[in-house]
Amino acid sequence: MTEARTLIEIEGLSKRYGNVTAVDNISLHIREGEFFALLGPSGCGKTTLLRMLAGFEVPTEGRILIDGADMSTVPPNKRPVNMVFQSYAVFPHLSVADNVAYGLKIDKVPAAERSQRVAEALALVKLEGYGARKPDQLSGGQRQRVALARALVKRPKVLLLDEPLSALDAKLREAMRDELTQIQMKIGVTFVMVTHDQDEALAMADRCALINNGLLQHLGTPSELYEYPANRFTADFIGSVNMLEGQLIADERDHAVIDVPAINGKVYLDHGVSGATGATVWAAIRPEKIEMLARDGAHSPTLNDAPAGHNLVAGVIHHSAYLGSETVYDVRVGEVLMKVLRPNMRRYDERGFDDGQPVWLHWHPQAPAILMA
Amino acid sequence: MSRRIALAPLDYANRLPLKLWLGGVLLFLYAPLVTLIVFSFNMSKRNIIWTGFTFDWYRKLFGDADLLAAFGNSLTIAALSTLVSVVLGTLIAVALWRFRFPWKPAVEGAMALPIVVPEICMGVAMLVFFARVFPWPTDLMWPANLGAIIIAHISFSFPFVAVVVRARLSSFNREQEEAARDLGASETRAFLDVLVPHLRPALISGALLAFTLSLDDFVITFFTAGPDTITFPVKVYSMVRFSVTPEVNAASTLLIVITVAFTAIGLWIQGGDVSKAGGHG
Repeated sequence: MTEARTLIEIEGLSKRYGNVTAVDNISLHIREGEFFALLGPSGCGKTTLLRMLAGFEVPTEGRILIDGADMSTVPPNKRPVNMVFQSYAVFPHLSVADNVAYGLKIDKVPAAERSQRVAEALALVKLEGYGARKPDQLSGGQRQRVALARALVKRPKVLLLDEPLSALDAKLREAMRDELTQIQMKIGVTFVMVTHDQDEALAMADRCALINNGLLQHLGTPSELYEYPANRFTADFIGSVNMLEGQLIADERDHAVIDVPAINGKVYLDHGVSGATGATVWAAIRPEKIEMLARDGAHSPTLNDAPAGHNLVAGVIHHSAYLGSETVYDVRVGEVLMKVLRPNMRRYDERGFDDGQPVWLHWHPQAPAILMA
Repeated sequence: MSRRIALAPLDYANRLPLKLWLGGVLLFLYAPLVTLIVFSFNMSKRNIIWTGFTFDWYRKLFGDADLLAAFGNSLTIAALSTLVSVVLGTLIAVALWRFRFPWKPAVEGAMALPIVVPEICMGVAMLVFFARVFPWPTDLMWPANLGAIIIAHISFSFPFVAVVVRARLSSFNREQEEAARDLGASETRAFLDVLVPHLRPALISGALLAFTLSLDDFVITFFTAGPDTITFPVKVYSMVRFSVTPEVNAASTLLIVITVAFTAIGLWIQGGDVSKAGGHG
């Protein structure tokens, strides 16, 4: 996968509407055959970026190359790109088969080849036998499959998907998520998906571009985004996080220390972070990376992988939320509430934690991501 | 059934005073029309006493060359003005729906003006216009000699088409047009393949509206018609000036039947479309 060549080159791309900058100087490369997600909150510019890829918006600055050819101002009907729209936009007056055949008719594909390709496309999306139906006889999920078949039948170099799962109910969404991934692997077409749902992006995409206010925040694999976020926005947007603001008081090659007044303590790291001493930095710790231990006396518990007292803070459970597969605890530490996530082992491990109980929180010296911005 | 049970909305028609009221309204509305139609089959030439049933007046009607010519003129004018009105009204509606441009509210208002301007004013305006500004030659071959009337009819019927089409456009999902473009269609092709099918019910009912408006227009036509370009309503009016014969009744009955038939078709097409539209997500 890493050897794959670049298919889409987005270079210094901006889109402005009057004073509003929807997309702000974004540069990124999308590889051939990859499932790429444009992720961000609503209004962040991800849909504008997708529409520039499709040709419905013309960039104010910068350019888009697809397979080496400059596509920036090429109209949508002349691009090697097809799109699955958020509303599916299936043509209501045409049958399923005619919907799928529409693009091939325009391309003047001979009738015999056309019907064969339509049948293949319908089989790919598991809609064999639905060709004669009208769209109003289909469910929402089936209409989406028609839209998918209609786009894929043209054998595009890139398939664009605009919030493909947002209109489906929870169960169907999960099934469709797996199916889209499978179809993508099967046909090997490059998928570019827009979504505001981080779970979707993490579950489906090979790589994600996280966008906020038109700016590219972080480009990377789902695990890079989650484990090594580039900035506070990324850490905060992907999953939940404990963001501890503090001063970098020591930064050597083999360790670093951050003083965090809010928890009346220090965060120790077993690696340097190459920051300026005294600078304000943020330690982002994921709730599942914090270990919680009962606190009976004043003496600290024995810990395996850290010197005594390091990355150990005392707190009191403020509130807990039982979510079935896991429990999320809000633990008051100094001035802040820290989130701690524990997988649910009940039924055979009844050691629970109750609200109001004093606890120790402990985390590994490599658990926090140190963010400079 | 106990009388104490609260009445459902439709049950109010079961109460006697309301029944009487409803009957009165219907009588008031339809008695003149029914009289007109009934007496078109009356044997007597005087339109007051029923003497027996006959189709004579219809026979006479179809033997009247002037009346038939007027009827032919009316149908021709209606057909041609409908054709132009539908194209013009649709294009204006689409332009107003799709584009933002300076003075758009003014254009929208100007477009609706022919709907509210009193017909008599439109008629006089047309008379002045064709007399002074744009004299339409009267010695042209049929149907070119109807040009002035056709232009006048277009000017008052295309706004109705535009209103109907505009209403229909509001339910159009623009992603469908984008999808057609995405699949390789040019802008024109996308318009014809996606937007026109969506507008079809509005185009048909707009056309029927324009057709019936043109067919039974008297006031504006009266001011624009020349001696050789009499339309059916104008002819009927001239017949009435001498005396109200059962022939006039027969001619009016015919016009009623045609107008009602077209309106019914229009309503049926729109109604059918409304029930179908519910099926879409």
